[in-house]
Amino acid sequence: MRVDEVPQDNSSTYAGHKKLLYARDVDGHYTPIQSSGWEPEACATQDAVALYESQAREARLAVEQGVKSPLYFHMYNCRMDLLLLSQLTGLWRWRIRRHFKPQIFASLNNGVLMRYAVAMDKTPIELQTLPDNS
Amino acid sequence: MTFTHQQAAHCESGVISALLSQHGLAISEPMAFGLANALAFAYIPIIKIGGQPLIAYRLPPKAIIKNVCKRLGVTVKFQKFNDPIRGAQVLDDLVERGTLVGLQTSVYYLPYFPEQMRFHFNAHNLLIYGKGERGYQVSDPIFEQPVEVASRDLNKARFVRGPLAPKGLLYRIESVPETIDYPKAIRAAISKNVKVMTGAPLPVIGIKGVRYLAGKIDKLSGSVKQQRLYLGHIVRMQEEIGTGGAGFRFIYASFLQEAAELLQDDTLAQASAAMTDAGDYWREFALLVARECKRGDSINRALLADALRGCADREAVVWQSLKAWCKAG
Repeated sequence: MRVDEVPQDNSSTYAGHKKLLYARDVDGHYTPIQSSGWEPEACATQDAVALYESQAREARLAVEQGVKSPLYFHMYNCRMDLLLLSQLTGLWRWRIRRHFKPQIFASLNNGVLMRYAVAMDKTPIELQTLPDNS
Repeated sequence: MTFTHQQAAHCESGVISALLSQHGLAISEPMAFGLANALAFAYIPIIKIGGQPLIAYRLPPKAIIKNVCKRLGVTVKFQKFNDPIRGAQVLDDLVERGTLVGLQTSVYYLPYFPEQMRFHFNAHNLLIYGKGERGYQVSDPIFEQPVEVASRDLNKARFVRGPLAPKGLLYRIESVPETIDYPKAIRAAISKNVKVMTGAPLPVIGIKGVRYLAGKIDKLSGSVKQQRLYLGHIVRMQEEIGTGGAGFRFIYASFLQEAAELLQDDTLAQASAAMTDAGDYWREFALLVARECKRGDSINRALLADALRGCADREAVVWQSLKAWCKAG
């Protein structure tokens, strides 16, 4: 890639930041150069973010209908899945799946709740409720 | 401590380049990357990230620091902690004494990361060069400017559980050698890298791995949306922040060029140009993926698989010439 081919697409995924790439200048010499974004990369990032967002939206509906506990929403909202949440908390997956049931989650003891709270960087109270839809 | 922040393409090679430079051993990021024989390719379907298979374009985390220091004869001290409070104390003591410290952290809990880039990745490297009123002074190599991070947030990022858990890992340079035999180090590093890319006993590692992934794309099933996420995942691993473009291929081409100049060696210069070609083709592949995914109705898998095989072909040329170069030397 030549220096003048380095894309400057101002990708929203960079949030105004610039990242460093290595490209060849007119003499063919490699030099570090900043890039404000590249569309193909931004598309892939946005696809990944959109997946988490749609999962969180569906989860919110399920929680509002009383089918799932708020934990289910927070998991997706924190860009996690069942496997990752299990790894981050050290809880078995079947236990977490059980905690997706509203009644069981509501009666959870503080110790287990704190493990979720630490992994998701939220207070136990935040975990037990749905945040306002914004 | 006088410390000048310098932006880098990749966190780990950037951190080690800054650490060594601070200790009087000025070394560019590409040189650090190359001397660590860090370029690789691996497709590991049994490890899942967000439901997608692990695809790596470089050696696993920590390998860059370990390899480059071993090759140069630099001693590094690594420390992990079971107790977060102790981990924070040790860091504070070191910072107070004016030591530049490297840390392993999780991206997700670092507040200065752009919202759309905050994923659960536990092996992000950064430097701490001081502590102010508002928290730690952080030099994150992939950002343009140094930042301040509140102690609470940094400690959180250091002590996350899960895959590649950092366990508060911190590291610092203890001694650097007075002289370095660059020709010898470069030859050893390239030779090792040739082995990883062409001689791995598994079909999913090195150039064979690239072809294996191309075969997977050929046979990709599922809905258009699922295919799109799978292909997008490849592009992200290849291009997102921290890769220097084209899955580290441009960083490595830059290393080969620097090595060619140091050693006054034409073969390495040609290898650098060929690696640039390969890198350009990887970018072309990413572009094709984006184009196919945008079309929406169906994805031309054969076209993408062929493009990926094109990357493998171009890389094979580079590694064959480097293999011959190593044998001749």
